[in-house]
Amino acid sequence: MRELELLIIGSGPAGLCAAISAASSGAKVLILERSFQPGGQLIKQTHMFFGSERQYASHRGVDIADILLRRAAEFGDRIELMLNATAVGFYEDNVVTVLKDEKEYFKIKAKSIICATGAFEKSLAFPNNDLPGIYGAGAVQTLMNVYGVRPGNRVLMVGAGNIGVIVSYQLMQAGIQVAAVLDAAPRIGAYLVHASKLARMGVPILCSHTIKEAIGTDCLEAAVVCRVDQRFRPIPGTERRFDVDVMCVSVGLSPLNELLAMRGAAMRYVPQLSGTVPLRTVDCETSIPGIYVAGDASGIEEASSAMAEGYLAGLCAAAGLGHVPEDYGARRQEYLGQLEDLRSGPVGDRIRAGMKLSAL
Amino acid sequence: MRITQHPILNFDRGKELHFTFNGQPMTGYEGETVAAALHAAGVKVLAKSLNLHRPRGFYCAIGNCASCQMIVDGAPNVRTCITLLREGMRVETQEGKGKIK
Repeated sequence: MRELELLIIGSGPAGLCAAISAASSGAKVLILERSFQPGGQLIKQTHMFFGSERQYASHRGVDIADILLRRAAEFGDRIELMLNATAVGFYEDNVVTVLKDEKEYFKIKAKSIICATGAFEKSLAFPNNDLPGIYGAGAVQTLMNVYGVRPGNRVLMVGAGNIGVIVSYQLMQAGIQVAAVLDAAPRIGAYLVHASKLARMGVPILCSHTIKEAIGTDCLEAAVVCRVDQRFRPIPGTERRFDVDVMCVSVGLSPLNELLAMRGAAMRYVPQLSGTVPLRTVDCETSIPGIYVAGDASGIEEASSAMAEGYLAGLCAAAGLGHVPEDYGARRQEYLGQLEDLRSGPVGDRIRAGMKLSAL
Repeated sequence: MRITQHPILNFDRGKELHFTFNGQPMTGYEGETVAAALHAAGVKVLAKSLNLHRPRGFYCAIGNCASCQMIVDGAPNVRTCITLLREGMRVETQEGKGKIK
């Protein structure tokens, strides 16, 4: 069994930043990534990020992945990246079992572990929601922006949050017609700058609307939507049919952190963070000493906060292993300050409330 | 179904690869997943559900949801959304749980 100092599970924005941060303190790191390419969901994000320069604002996500991977590569063998390697078990003695290339199955034991496993797109319950042609909005983003393949010809987008609205715009960039964007909420959840782009292109954004059913035999052929009242109940007689061959479901994400639950970390359902999350200290340490969490696995936020959490978790995990750099205090304050900035203002209300409920 | 012109992205497609889908010859490109290559060819039904045998397509594209599992080179339950296409691959629609040989 291979034994090492620091294991990071996931190579998205949180995992890569954690690795860079820990390695710059002097730790030796192994990153496990279940996909054949690193970068997590940054690789499909062609829109420019908001925020400050420290989180690469005004860069596209796909370019941020390249920047982070180049920085990680500068540490040479201090950061090892293992691709096609899925962590499938996490046990009391800090043994993680790994399935590599769908063939080899082996154990890794680490003194400290950072779980940066990201999130999963939520689905919605409606008749025929399993028809081919109905996808998570992020999945369609991958298909278009990474592989250059169109999901179909005409799309109905369910959900007018940031992902729904950004992906709708990207669908149009790929030459696909967007029939409408709908959201059960009475107003658009996305940042106005993104929603306005769609509105200017003439795409109807239907608030207080929900999906009633999908129609099709082998694949999606049409979708029926209807209005909802203030308590989100469908209003009979308001049905509208859209002939579409693609439906994207963009109704939020759930944290992926089953590994931490399996390890026995204290977990709690926190709606403000979009699901069950591990309790953690301000330094991202879970209820188990030496086990950290960073990014969407600790609650759904944005890639910018995932990066700041990654840097913080990497710094603190390395310090726990004895790698305390001279500027430890200053770096810690810097990352905590970045997170405070990102969670400030009315937009951050929900996250701040969630952080209180998940605080150790 | 392939995007040829895009305002931001350039798609440098790799070498052309040949594979079969339920015995039919197909082509795709190096560097793309099995599910992406099938989509580009207009194939959306990848499997049938366990009990009701309803058609299944791909849903998450991150290897998490199991909706895209197919039989690849005789092995069942391969997550085709995160499996790279290789020359000569035999890809088949999976009905039910599949058998491990």
